[in-house]
Amino acid sequence: MRVRDLRVVRGKRDVLHGLTFEIARGEVVGLLGPSGCGKTTLMRALVGVQVVAGGEVTVLGEPAGSAGLRRRVGYATQAPALYADLSVAENLRYFASVLGAPRGDAARVMDEVGLGRHRDQVAATLSGGQLNRANLAVALLGEPQVLVLDEPTVGLDPVLREELWELFRELAGRGVTLIVSSHVMDEAGRTDRLLLMREGEILADGTPGALRASTGAADLEDAFLRLITGEAA
Amino acid sequence: MNPSITLATTRRILAQLRHDHRTLGLLVGVPALLMVLLRYVLDQPGLFDRVGPLLLGVFPFVIMFVVTSVATLRERTGGTLERLMTMPLGKLDLLLGYALAFGLVALVQVGAVLAISLTWLGLDLRGPVAALVVVAVLDALLGMALGLLASAFARTEFQAVQFMPAFVLPQVLLCGLIVPRDQMAGWLEAISHVLPLSYAISAMQELTREPAVTATLTRDITIIAACTLLSLLLGAATLRRRTP
Repeated sequence: MRVRDLRVVRGKRDVLHGLTFEIARGEVVGLLGPSGCGKTTLMRALVGVQVVAGGEVTVLGEPAGSAGLRRRVGYATQAPALYADLSVAENLRYFASVLGAPRGDAARVMDEVGLGRHRDQVAATLSGGQLNRANLAVALLGEPQVLVLDEPTVGLDPVLREELWELFRELAGRGVTLIVSSHVMDEAGRTDRLLLMREGEILADGTPGALRASTGAADLEDAFLRLITGEAA
Repeated sequence: MNPSITLATTRRILAQLRHDHRTLGLLVGVPALLMVLLRYVLDQPGLFDRVGPLLLGVFPFVIMFVVTSVATLRERTGGTLERLMTMPLGKLDLLLGYALAFGLVALVQVGAVLAISLTWLGLDLRGPVAALVVVAVLDALLGMALGLLASAFARTEFQAVQFMPAFVLPQVLLCGLIVPRDQMAGWLEAISHVLPLSYAISAMQELTREPAVTATLTRDITIIAACTLLSLLLGAATLRRRTP
């Protein structure tokens, strides 16, 4: 995945000012930064639903959003995008047939996110965390090669969060590239690589260990603070 | 376009309606109730024979407009449209999926109203019943297509609901239901010529008068179908894969 000089303007505001980076296949990349820094906009550009003002985004060798990528890239928005009046299974079966995913894929992803017991529950009656997992399950349908996940672990208890990260690791082991945004710093340590964003720019890019070492900080939260204040000074 | 995706979309929309018993009840019950009211308000069999079929062209049109504009607005604001746009779903798959699902609902709706009208209410229709069903279902589809288009201009459900009076009531006033179109001021008549509901009413009037399918009826049906298609295509143009 390659991003070159990506610029996005929303309204009259410059949201992303010329981002450039590359992500290798099978890498788990964390996208970190305060809310409003452009994480979601960047992710929308990666899946090709964002109008961009300039630059190039290439995913699996094709321009982002091109028809050939629509079965190979899974995307989960931050706000669950599901039909509230359908059950979990009905939602998944519908999206599975749109993707042309094999029969049984809906059941597989429900188990992967631990929603098997709630399959017949109408989405509107799910808890926030369950809804988030159902939303993530849609992105897993059809075994995409790239997963773009916007805050997939918000509202989950530590045990579930642990399970999901194990799942992400397992997927990466199979060669799936994951881009996961978060603003929880302790999660960031589980990635291969972190992109720290602030106000539409990439502040730092490296492994969690390298970021800690280069700033001399004990944890990532501290490292992030040092990077921001270091820049201000 | 992909038929299996279109049909999956139709199934999904019907499943949503199946979960929503109240909406389903309102969709079928309200037009039937209005028809019963109309029959007893007019209280003259001859008058009901003339006016009843006209309203059978208007009710499904209005109801489908409202239901579709809110349903598609929900897709737009709820994020499901964006999600579908990242998937291999063509815009026509979505639109035809809606058209098929709501076409089926319209068939049930019109069937129920017609069954009550022809038996209990004693409607005496001169033209063929099948032609009336075709016109009524086409009217419903026209309402659906316009609702789809209107939803693109609404940001909230409040706005979407208000588009009903804005898009629909002027057509109801000018379609010849209240005053025959040739008795209106010239400029009003000219406007009525370009509003699709005028042709729905004209078709229904033809069915109350003529026992066979006439050239006027065929022309009206063609115009309604063309307007439906045009609105669907314009609606498709408002669905964007990329948004700002």
